[in-house]
Amino acid sequence: MLIDHPLLGLRDAAEFVYLGDASLINRPDPESGSAADQFYEYLHLRSNNAGEHRELWYHEQGDRSWLVVTRNTLTHNITRVELARDVAQRNASGEPA
Amino acid sequence: MRYSAFQVLKEGLTGNKGWKPAWRDPEPRQHYDVIIVGGGGHGLATAHYLAKEHGITNVAVLEKGWIGSGNIGRNTTIIRSNYMLPGNEPFYELSMKLWEGLEQDFNYNAMVSQRGIVNLYHSDAQRDAYARRGNSMRLAGADSILLDEAGIRNLCPDLDYENARFPIKGGLWQPRGGTVRHDAVAWGYARGADSRGVDIIQNCEVTGFTMDNGRCVGVDTSRGRISAGKVAVCVAGSSGRVMSMAGMRLPIESHVLQAFVSEGLKPTIPGVVTFGAGHFYISQSDKGGLVFGGDIDGYNSYAQRGNLPVVEDVCEGGMAVMPMIGRARLLRSWGGIMDMSMDGSPFIDKTAVPGLYFNGGWCYGGFKATPASGWCYAHLLATDQHHDVATKLLLDRFKTGAVVDERGAGAQPNLH
Repeated sequence: MLIDHPLLGLRDAAEFVYLGDASLINRPDPESGSAADQFYEYLHLRSNNAGEHRELWYHEQGDRSWLVVTRNTLTHNITRVELARDVAQRNASGEPA
Repeated sequence: MRYSAFQVLKEGLTGNKGWKPAWRDPEPRQHYDVIIVGGGGHGLATAHYLAKEHGITNVAVLEKGWIGSGNIGRNTTIIRSNYMLPGNEPFYELSMKLWEGLEQDFNYNAMVSQRGIVNLYHSDAQRDAYARRGNSMRLAGADSILLDEAGIRNLCPDLDYENARFPIKGGLWQPRGGTVRHDAVAWGYARGADSRGVDIIQNCEVTGFTMDNGRCVGVDTSRGRISAGKVAVCVAGSSGRVMSMAGMRLPIESHVLQAFVSEGLKPTIPGVVTFGAGHFYISQSDKGGLVFGGDIDGYNSYAQRGNLPVVEDVCEGGMAVMPMIGRARLLRSWGGIMDMSMDGSPFIDKTAVPGLYFNGGWCYGGFKATPASGWCYAHLLATDQHHDVATKLLLDRFKTGAVVDERGAGAQPNLH
């Protein structure tokens, strides 16, 4: 697989480390009353989509940036790559993904 | 028809005209006491034991494709019970005991071959860990022998003993481990279940669950609605897809695991050998092909095929421990979809929805567990109680903290 890095262009997926579902960006609030339940769901439960899947990849053997890659889990076809930083900022400001 | 040497002789002398299909091809009925979703090894084993051990025969196994078309047809056929944790080892040892009596139990030749499995160790620390594991296995009634280097040289003379980086210091040997003809396991269980009245319905995809007042009372399928007293999901690899139809998120990610077979060679690998300094395991099939594999690719996938970096990684593991295979040609490689649970252990449990049961999360170890998985799932479906050896394989264990982290690594090693 080749990942079209927004800054570096096409890079071999073997340069990256995979973390999983991009929902891991949205860390629950530890001060919330239901934090235990929220962290259980955040840490352990997955949507595990068959089809389009937004996921975190870390460019360990490159520029060490975190990326949000939109990839089809049925075909391995990658349709969109963004810096995770940009996605997190968008999430924080309440804009749609 | 009961299979026997006499039948083979009789049919041979009469032109083989008397053989019947090993199972029927029935139309689905309106209602069943139990519907099992998924006609793989575990689902068919569950149906077989439900009928044979619990007398529940008004059962249907619904399969989207043909039976045995999933991971029971895509694995490396290894059986073993060399686990350590109390929540795991008695379960896998029950499985091993069931393997040993399986062919007599379902009257089908599954080619159970107990040629032994040896896990190599390469350092003092690894030896100590294996000594502990071996003792833990013995406590659960399994067999284990800790071999030193001389013992391994005697058992596997063709390994690379001159490797300075990964010196082979010995191994943990389970002589009762081995391999089984994987497709025959599905066929044997199908025949055993069918002969007791279970309907095996192929080309019947479940498209939804029928709910009534919060209770699961049946399934919608590509061949119409079928009602049921209990619905038992058993679709490891596709668990996320199927359970999402019940609105459930699981502690599971689907990943692809590749396996490989070489051209046929003369006998050289005794039983199953695993490399302890990387992830590589190998056995030799009865046809002579080297059957081997290693790590999962490491990203979510439902594609049943992997990528080349893992092919290279697996072959490097093989070359490190047995360079003699370097000139063997690869005949086939393929990928199977694994339910990777978050602690590396499976689930056999009720769900939050009454009437809906779940079996899955087998990671890359489902094949060896097939008999015990069916046995314990059938027990749960028949009695609503967990079997004694499967009391820890619960869906809510990440919430309660009672994880069964045999390897300490599920889908993502950095989770723990």
